[in-house]
Amino acid sequence: MNVLLDNIDLYARGFLGTIELFVVSAIGSLILGAILAAMRVSPVPILRAFGTVYINILRNTPLTLVIFFFAFAYPRLEIYDLSYFTRACIGLILYTAAFVCEVIRSGVNTVPVGQAEASRALGFTFTQTLSQIVLPQAVRNVVPPLANIQIALLKNTTIAAGFSVTEAGGIYQALSERGANVFVGLLWVAVGFLILVVPLTLLQRNLDRRWSTAR
Amino acid sequence: MTAAVLYDIPGPRARARNVLIGVVGTLVVLGIIGFVVYRFAVTGQFDARLWSWITYVNIQYLLLGALGNTLKAFAAAAVLSLVFGAVFAAGRMSDHRWVSRVSTTIVEFFRAVPLLVLIFILFFGVSRGLGVNISAYWAVVLGLMLYNGSVLAEVFRAGVRALPRGQSEAAYALGLRKTQVMTNVLLPQALRAMLPTILSQLVVVLKDTALGFIILYQELLYQARFLGSQGQLGAPILQVAMVVAVIYIAMCLILSGLSKLLEKRLRKSPRAGADAAREAEREEEFAATL
Repeated sequence: MNVLLDNIDLYARGFLGTIELFVVSAIGSLILGAILAAMRVSPVPILRAFGTVYINILRNTPLTLVIFFFAFAYPRLEIYDLSYFTRACIGLILYTAAFVCEVIRSGVNTVPVGQAEASRALGFTFTQTLSQIVLPQAVRNVVPPLANIQIALLKNTTIAAGFSVTEAGGIYQALSERGANVFVGLLWVAVGFLILVVPLTLLQRNLDRRWSTAR
Repeated sequence: MTAAVLYDIPGPRARARNVLIGVVGTLVVLGIIGFVVYRFAVTGQFDARLWSWITYVNIQYLLLGALGNTLKAFAAAAVLSLVFGAVFAAGRMSDHRWVSRVSTTIVEFFRAVPLLVLIFILFFGVSRGLGVNISAYWAVVLGLMLYNGSVLAEVFRAGVRALPRGQSEAAYALGLRKTQVMTNVLLPQALRAMLPTILSQLVVVLKDTALGFIILYQELLYQARFLGSQGQLGAPILQVAMVVAVIYIAMCLILSGLSKLLEKRLRKSPRAGADAAREAEREEEFAATL
């Protein structure tokens, strides 16, 4: 308990950093993921191809490597000086968006064919079909796995600690500089993540159970 | 539902519009790529000097050794997490309440704590807190085992639970014991259905070995950082990172290609396992990230 109370400032700053990273990356990845998903189901073959290539590359690259790239290699291109925080966010967004896209796409695919056919028969266009008929129904299938992906993103933010971003994963360094017990300190970090992750997981399971019976 | 249901077969006007969107989209994407390539050229990243390191035999051996270290950690972690997953899946399905409760707690705990924090606890924490020194290699392997093992335990459990109840009922009716029902009837069917999911979880294991970089385990990324900071080579970190990325992507594509191939073959033969596969897939959506 002492380790936590003596260094409460560190923990507060760390977890605040984690939450900041998470919120920015979550919003960014949802937007980019939705755009990519729209590309992957669109009637334009070349856009579908771009979407597929993007997803195959990003899904098969370790997140550590993506952030590594932005942390160390990006400055060499001398495009625009970004803070470590921004660069970590970009890495997390690019990586997570690939998974978000796949979930949205497979959610769209679970909507019965008849729904889209009926809306087409009524003369709806592609955009109208997608936004008024298919997506509202797909939400049930999309939200639970999407919540899972965002939970994973929350845990993934710790990787940014390896690249000089102030967040919960980096608390141990400051602790060992202060000479505190690192083992106990890290266990408190784990507890902190449990407090953040467990309610989200419970919510996700609740949604999943409720909506999967309604289907 | 295929994407084609979402829109009509395009007529002349729609085709023209699609071509226009296609051209504009292509131009945007090419513009982004072109800009990056332009920055490469302007900052001199295409200089032969920065790429010459690839031709040095010593560096090739260094990278090969790093690849070996990555694969070594991957192999050990894969085997251990399969074992861990099997043990705790069995534990969670146990009829003895205390066994299933303890297993559930352990599995849920390790799934909720970020893998990197686990690795830090093993590498920095345990040595100072308990006085047991764990090498970087074992910290990575054990961390991967605890996390992916817990995810796999859930996958196994979901696979077995998704089998039709008639299977186990029939086996019990034939007079088989609990263990026999599990090993002779349920597991063979469930494993077959879960194989693609298990393989795609192994892709996650492979990707996550890259976390070893942060605790200075000498795998691919670590050597990339090392080579990238060598002044004599012109500090080619961008170039090394790109080569390492190609290596990772190639390895992961091979593994996930294997998993897709298996899935296709399984789908062709209709069996009770199909439901289990679907159930396991739902589990995978969680697992697929990290």
